[in-house]
Amino acid sequence: MSEQGETATLTARLLERAAPKRADFEDLVIVPVFAVVVALILGGVAMLATNVDLETIGRSYVALAYGSIGSINALSETITAATPLILAGLGVALGFRAGLFNIGAEGQILMGGMAAVVVGFSFTGLPMLVHLPLALLAGIVAGALYAAIAGWIRAATGAHEVILTIMLNMISYRLVDYMLRMPAIQRPGRSDPISSSVLPTAELPRLLEWLGPNLRLHSGVFLMLAAVLFVYWLLFRSTIGFEFRASGESPEAARFAGMRSGLIIVLVMALGGAFAGLAGANQVLGVLGRASSGFSAGIGFDALAVALLGRSHPFGVVIAGLLFGALEAGGRQMQVDAGVSIDLIGIIQSLIILFIAAPLVVRALFPWGFRKGAPASKE
Amino acid sequence: MEIELRGITKRFGEVVANSDVNLTIRAGEVLGLLGENGAGKSTLMNVLSGLYRPDGGEILIDGKPVQFRGPGDAIRAGIGMVHQHFMLVPVFTVAENVVLGVEPTGPVDFLDLKKARAQVREINETYGLEVDPDEYIENLPVGVQQRVEIIKVLFRSANAIIFDEPTAVLTPQEVTEFFAIVKSLRSAGKAIVFITHKLHEILEVADRISVLREGRIVGEGVPGKTTDLELAEMMVGRPVSFKVDKTPFSPGPVLLDVQHLTVLRENDAVAVNDLTLNVRAGEIVGIAGVQGNGQSELVEALAGVRRVAGGSVMFQGKDITGASARDRHRLGMAHIPEDRQRTGIIAAFTVAENMVLDTYYDSRFSRGLAMDWQAVNQNSAAAAAAFDVRTPSIFEKAGHLSGGNQQKLVVARELNRDTKLLIASQPTRGLDVGSIEYIHKRIVDAREEGDGILIVSSELDEIMSLCDRILVMFKGRIVAEFGAAGRPANKNDIGLAMAGVAA
Ligand SMILES: Nc1ncnc2c1ncn2[C@@H]1O[C@H](COP(=O)(O)OP(=O)(O)O)[C@@H](O)[C@H]1O
Ligand SMILES: [Mg+2]
Repeated sequence: MSEQGETATLTARLLERAAPKRADFEDLVIVPVFAVVVALILGGVAMLATNVDLETIGRSYVALAYGSIGSINALSETITAATPLILAGLGVALGFRAGLFNIGAEGQILMGGMAAVVVGFSFTGLPMLVHLPLALLAGIVAGALYAAIAGWIRAATGAHEVILTIMLNMISYRLVDYMLRMPAIQRPGRSDPISSSVLPTAELPRLLEWLGPNLRLHSGVFLMLAAVLFVYWLLFRSTIGFEFRASGESPEAARFAGMRSGLIIVLVMALGGAFAGLAGANQVLGVLGRASSGFSAGIGFDALAVALLGRSHPFGVVIAGLLFGALEAGGRQMQVDAGVSIDLIGIIQSLIILFIAAPLVVRALFPWGFRKGAPASKE
Repeated sequence: MEIELRGITKRFGEVVANSDVNLTIRAGEVLGLLGENGAGKSTLMNVLSGLYRPDGGEILIDGKPVQFRGPGDAIRAGIGMVHQHFMLVPVFTVAENVVLGVEPTGPVDFLDLKKARAQVREINETYGLEVDPDEYIENLPVGVQQRVEIIKVLFRSANAIIFDEPTAVLTPQEVTEFFAIVKSLRSAGKAIVFITHKLHEILEVADRISVLREGRIVGEGVPGKTTDLELAEMMVGRPVSFKVDKTPFSPGPVLLDVQHLTVLRENDAVAVNDLTLNVRAGEIVGIAGVQGNGQSELVEALAGVRRVAGGSVMFQGKDITGASARDRHRLGMAHIPEDRQRTGIIAAFTVAENMVLDTYYDSRFSRGLAMDWQAVNQNSAAAAAAFDVRTPSIFEKAGHLSGGNQQKLVVARELNRDTKLLIASQPTRGLDVGSIEYIHKRIVDAREEGDGILIVSSELDEIMSLCDRILVMFKGRIVAEFGAAGRPANKNDIGLAMAGVAA
């Protein structure tokens, strides 16, 4: 064979992709599945330990399943709960990918939601086609700007983004309470911190009202799906995503390759904040119809867990968000049917995260799920 | 004391790291263990020091078979190992580190540091180690830290000492000092194993040489009888040439013109001090010098990743003193950074992604904001094939490649485009003979194409064989020039200039 022919064969061989490794499968599928199973079992043990009898425990898990996937209404609730978790989770995942620990989703949701509400009730007489996008955009921009503050301070001074975003969360709580008492925002005739209602032209339309008046599923789910695809494209198909991932894996190598780290930090934070802001807008325009004190309801913190559980991959975030949404929806049913506190759901969620973060524990508990002698997850 | 390894075999899954290895180590003798990266040297010695259990074969000490269940057993049998990565506690003193794990205690069981210090001093004197027992590890240069590791081993009364690539982290001066220590250990009757892949080192210090390739002993040698070329051939498995073939020196116009450049370190100390140099098209300029004399800072400033405090840098007549790294790339400057692990590649990225780390924005690889992965992959596979980057596929993580292949990946990335000037910092540090030969050839190819090349290396041999002009850097300045217009290159004179002795 000629030398050129040889090079061509070698080039072709180099382009072949190796089959997915068993270890990847173990990491991406088996560990999370077992983590969920163990968490549910331990949840049962926790109930036993607090003197709940076996029958009630059985009943609560049936309710959990029924309330999350057992009916159209259950599915609607699950997806409605999952949508903001996934949106904010995408924002957090973007940060993780770029090596930034953005704890500030909660505050960004609040700021995004507030902006969306204000736009949502202030402009009368606008057609929906203008009003709704405007309100959503307000949420996105507010979330992005709020997060960009942390990004900018981090890039300019090197102050750690964890501290910065925690502080911004604190500020946002008070800021929202303050704004909700401003005459322009507070609902007329009320003395508690609550805003005027979003006008119908700015509401995210319900999707299943023709099936039943209680089905809360709204068109925010399409925004969420679009966001997932967008983040996938951004991370893995765009030059910006390449820069994000490079800075996340090795800021020094990225700098040596001519990437501008300061700009990237601000951009990542702003984009992450945009998704959290959209999550906030989604809540006020699709579910709540108004803003009240603490309307973010911890979604921004659950989003951290969702991003972690989803391995900071947009598709993983969808699965994790749906799981958390299901636990939330099912948990409410559980409380109603079996009288078990919804705090149990929090315990189960925490256990799942714990086992994901400590795959060695899962391996030790289920040795038969893993190839024998395989080294424990490296690095 | 005589240690014999008989038929040692060690497997990691499907990888056979050692296959039926026989080796004898004797008191008062330095055994050189030579082999490329991945040949199985560390594995073999980890078996001997009790860290790994062999899958086959046996170890005999003075004719008696022994079984090591852990490093503790090996230490009790008198075998100590100095690992490539030191195992010292930075915030402890030398004496504290030495006694860690075997602390001598006083009558009421408290730590008797006084005794420890005295013992460290005694070892110091016996072997000429000169280490202050009360200094903190973090304040010590690498060469001295290594001596602390040696003291640790001696403190545990080892009769056989294994050094795993001890010179990889040392400056040339420290290497010389290290060899003196090895010789004094040998005269004291210790059995020494010295692992390296550097030929001249092994020829300088070993009494016998065994060559390991792909887990097997493929040959033996004796310094003085066996030549470096023969050893290199055993090591690589094919004939190797050390001579770099170059066309006669005929430089073109000045490409890079550096005038009165001053660069600071992080702590604002002056690293590069009013330095002036130029590089012309078609020439290889080498900067020799002991590490830490400002070379790294000079290269970083020229590559646009460190701020310039004073002076100017012109490239093809254009002032680029304040230009960004990206601007410089665009103008045709390429940079092979000195620390490939930290700044050259991203270990978690694939070979293909690393191959476009600084060119991904180019119209060849992206349209607007969208990456063209098809083009990236095609180009990466072609470049990997052309530059002999050995990887199962371009989708392999770069961190899984050997050091030599990682470096070839960096070289491929930097040279596989239209460059005019290459700045290379320690382009072959830590690499095996085959990779070094290959990278040198590619650098010379770039010169033949009319590129200007600036090389910084602490390997004097590399500088001497590769460069048309040699500048010696000392304390941030160029203190001497050899070759071309200057004096003819001569190892001794260059060495003196490196040490700051004005010639
Ligand atoms: N702990 C390990 N697990 C799996 N493979 C290993 C391990 N240690 C070494 N190897 C493999 O064994 C071979 C020899 O490695 P090593 O002894 O480190 O070589 P050397 O020290 O000569 O560079 C290499 O192919 C390496 O990848
Ligand atoms: Mg080794």
